[in-house]
Amino acid sequence: MTVAEAPARGADGNFRAGVKLPWGRWGARAVALSYLTVMLIVPLVVILQDGLRLGLGGLWRAISAPVAWHALGLTLWTSALMALINAVMGTLTAYALVRYEFPGKRLLNAVVDLPLAIPTLVTGVMLVVLYGPQEALGGWLQNTLGWRIIFAPPGIVLALLFVTYPFVVRTVQPVLLGLDRDQEEVAETLGAGAWTVFRRITLPPLALPLASSTLLSFARAIGEFGAIVIVAGNIPLRTQTAAVYVLGQIESDNRMGASAVSIVMLAIAFGLVLLVNALQRRAANRQEESQP
Amino acid sequence: MKSAGGVWQQRIILTVVAAYVSLLIIAPLGSLVTGAFAQGVGAIIAALRQPDVLSAFWRTLWISLLTVAVHVLFGTTVAWVLVRHRFAGRSLLNGLIDLPFAVSPVVVGYMLILLFGRNGLLFPVLQHFGIRVAFALPGMVLATLFVTLPFMIRELMPVLEAFGIEQEQAAATLGASGWQTFWLVTLPALRWGMLYGLTLTLARALGEFGAVLVIGGGVQGQTETATIYIYRALEERQYVGSFSAALVLGLLSLTIVLGADLLRRKEK
Repeated sequence: MTVAEAPARGADGNFRAGVKLPWGRWGARAVALSYLTVMLIVPLVVILQDGLRLGLGGLWRAISAPVAWHALGLTLWTSALMALINAVMGTLTAYALVRYEFPGKRLLNAVVDLPLAIPTLVTGVMLVVLYGPQEALGGWLQNTLGWRIIFAPPGIVLALLFVTYPFVVRTVQPVLLGLDRDQEEVAETLGAGAWTVFRRITLPPLALPLASSTLLSFARAIGEFGAIVIVAGNIPLRTQTAAVYVLGQIESDNRMGASAVSIVMLAIAFGLVLLVNALQRRAANRQEESQP
Repeated sequence: MKSAGGVWQQRIILTVVAAYVSLLIIAPLGSLVTGAFAQGVGAIIAALRQPDVLSAFWRTLWISLLTVAVHVLFGTTVAWVLVRHRFAGRSLLNGLIDLPFAVSPVVVGYMLILLFGRNGLLFPVLQHFGIRVAFALPGMVLATLFVTLPFMIRELMPVLEAFGIEQEQAAATLGASGWQTFWLVTLPALRWGMLYGLTLTLARALGEFGAVLVIGGGVQGQTETATIYIYRALEERQYVGSFSAALVLGLLSLTIVLGADLLRRKEK
């Protein structure tokens, strides 16, 4: 990776020289590992053990209970729809930011980061204030067009889109910025249309970063709670998402239901995070190959 | 040289993006501001000066600052070990770091209840020492620590990787001790990464809701944080209180993130 790495590592892969943290190599390693074990691994093991205490059959029964099953399904399809829209709009936004000059460009660039700085619960409050059935715009949408947004799936998708907007934009933007435009110009000169140029020349190098950031936004959406709890309205079998379902089960002391759905959510999160990591590593390697 | 088609393409893309951002982000933000000011500035101040609201904001602030302090210490160590050391299980651990990013906050709170709650694994030990974790501040700090785990580490790792070790080796050759090298060479190189990781951690901690709600229970005046107050006020239809607290909290974390951005840009 960095030039300094190769000669500096000893046979065991550790750095031969360089500074050692004041508490020494083994001390630092012990501190880091026990911190991660206490913070991450112990809680994960405990929830697995709790969910599996009635065996796999018990776990499956708890997951396939109608309310739990519906909550998981709703979470998955709203997150998938969000990921799709986010991939398209995120790429378009990144494209606009990199390729065009227009008034308000700096403002747009700043607005993209806004969702990272705004608490997700506040996001939910904002959406209710604008799109709620008792508010001006929300009331008009519902009465005139018959579109129910808040306390319905569209509100969930909207909240997820808000929260994850920066992910795709901020991943695709630097890659787009680094692209050589010669090939696009050659293709244009040879008579390729705008769409063909984009699809055949611009899109391929963006594919990996786009895929990894879209998957990351999907993973984030599966567990989202703060933005959704207000917007969704918590109606079982209609607008209750998995995270809200788990909260309900904790409050009514149904540990099996809470643990089972939690395990499914954790498994999805874990799988996606590992997949995204692998994709990112591939993207990084590819970039290194193209820039020796 | 732009063809007519290119101009239209640009117009369409910009219009679509502008409409999207307006409907998704700017209009909701604007309506939160108007919602908070609906009954004038006096109503906002009156709502925010209630003792419960003030104590909720203080609680949030303390939890967040404590979280940041722990992550500065341990997050730096973890980033260091992951970049500088090679050991079995390193890449698995490296993948696990991102997990809190994707785990639902509700599940985080629930995991802590399973550990520290009344039927929890560690409850007998805690009871023996008379420590309360669940439905108390220590549990809420733990929940916030879990949720914000990746930020500091992920900001520091690339910086550490790019920094390499030549400067440290040079310092060591010139006779600097381990401590001196760390304080005078390594730490200054990390400061911008650390600042940025710190602000992201702080912003996330201030806004944490689900995890602290589950483990803390959201008892008014005892384990209620700013976000939990916003939620309760909304449920109780105290709209001005809810909206203005949401506005203040949003502005607070926005200021922190923008402030760090500004500092960083100034340095460059």
